[in-house]
Amino acid sequence: MEDIPNLKYIKELSGEDTIFEQKFIQILKEEFPEEVQIYTECIKNEEAGLAGEIVHKLKHKFNILSMANAYEFAVNYEEELRVGDTNGDHKFRNILETIKNYLNTI
Amino acid sequence: MNCIIIDDEAAARAIVNQLCSKIPDLDVIEEFDNAIDAIKFLNQQDIDVVFLDIHMPGFSGVDFVQTLKNSPKIVMTTSDSDFAIASYEYEAIVDYLVKPITHERFEKCIQKVKSSSSPPSNSNPAEVPSTDTGEDLYINIDRRLIKLKLNEIMVIEAKGDYIDVKTEKKEYRVHTTLKKIKEKLPEKLFLQIHRSYIINFTKIIDIEDNSVLIEKNVIPISRSNRPELMRRLNLL
Repeated sequence: MEDIPNLKYIKELSGEDTIFEQKFIQILKEEFPEEVQIYTECIKNEEAGLAGEIVHKLKHKFNILSMANAYEFAVNYEEELRVGDTNGDHKFRNILETIKNYLNTI
Repeated sequence: MNCIIIDDEAAARAIVNQLCSKIPDLDVIEEFDNAIDAIKFLNQQDIDVVFLDIHMPGFSGVDFVQTLKNSPKIVMTTSDSDFAIASYEYEAIVDYLVKPITHERFEKCIQKVKSSSSPPSNSNPAEVPSTDTGEDLYINIDRRLIKLKLNEIMVIEAKGDYIDVKTEKKEYRVHTTLKKIKEKLPEKLFLQIHRSYIINFTKIIDIEDNSVLIEKNVIPISRSNRPELMRRLNLL
């Protein structure tokens, strides 16, 4: 089942501190595309191990955005990348695209 | 109390900083995106607590803990729950937090930090790790500690500076020696039958001349190890 990203965790964390919320969303908007770019480069250069490192970071963002299924997928995909298996790339990119679209709306 | 935050991910640092801001007597002095800069800082300033991400490229959180001689209290942060138990092998580590961290869990952590005594002057691994249940073995691969069930290990083969650990599910290459891993294995399950092989005694399918069969692996038996193998067989 596909996850719908949301700000539930961030709102719990902020405790109505809107300045923190905005600052945090800004960090996500800056850091996420950078990590996606690194991931894309790693896959393009067939550096699966390095791609695994960046998937490790990205999966934390899935958790932050309350995307439990995406997180579980990323945990397994990270392991697969460590042994050079990039078959999960297509599905992983779909998750990244979902987040990218979501970040454009907030 | 004062603290620093070490994490290569800006979002993760922001979260810990926000959680710290809700604790009245806890001040965040500095944030670092890598462990090396943090070590330089700690050499110049006394800090009570370090919030440390385990998984960082290049110089990991575990490397950091092993490097510090006079360590402050350390709280490990991680996205992988399987790191947690192994974290306690280092006495400086007071607690671990699995991301995403909640307020409730963070408050418990701070109570733990406050109630814990000062860490020892070095943070070497404890002599008797609390994780040693006799049933599991943790292996270090790419700075990850992976738990293996001892009864699932079939064969361990020496490969130069590495060993290959073959389990029922998977094969792992680990940077260590056969001698070192042998010390961690229970004698009732494992036996060295060749200078390059340790086998799980219970996994033998059959023995033919100078080799044993374990699953699809044919393992040679050296002349010197053969008597011990024969002694342990329940021969008819």
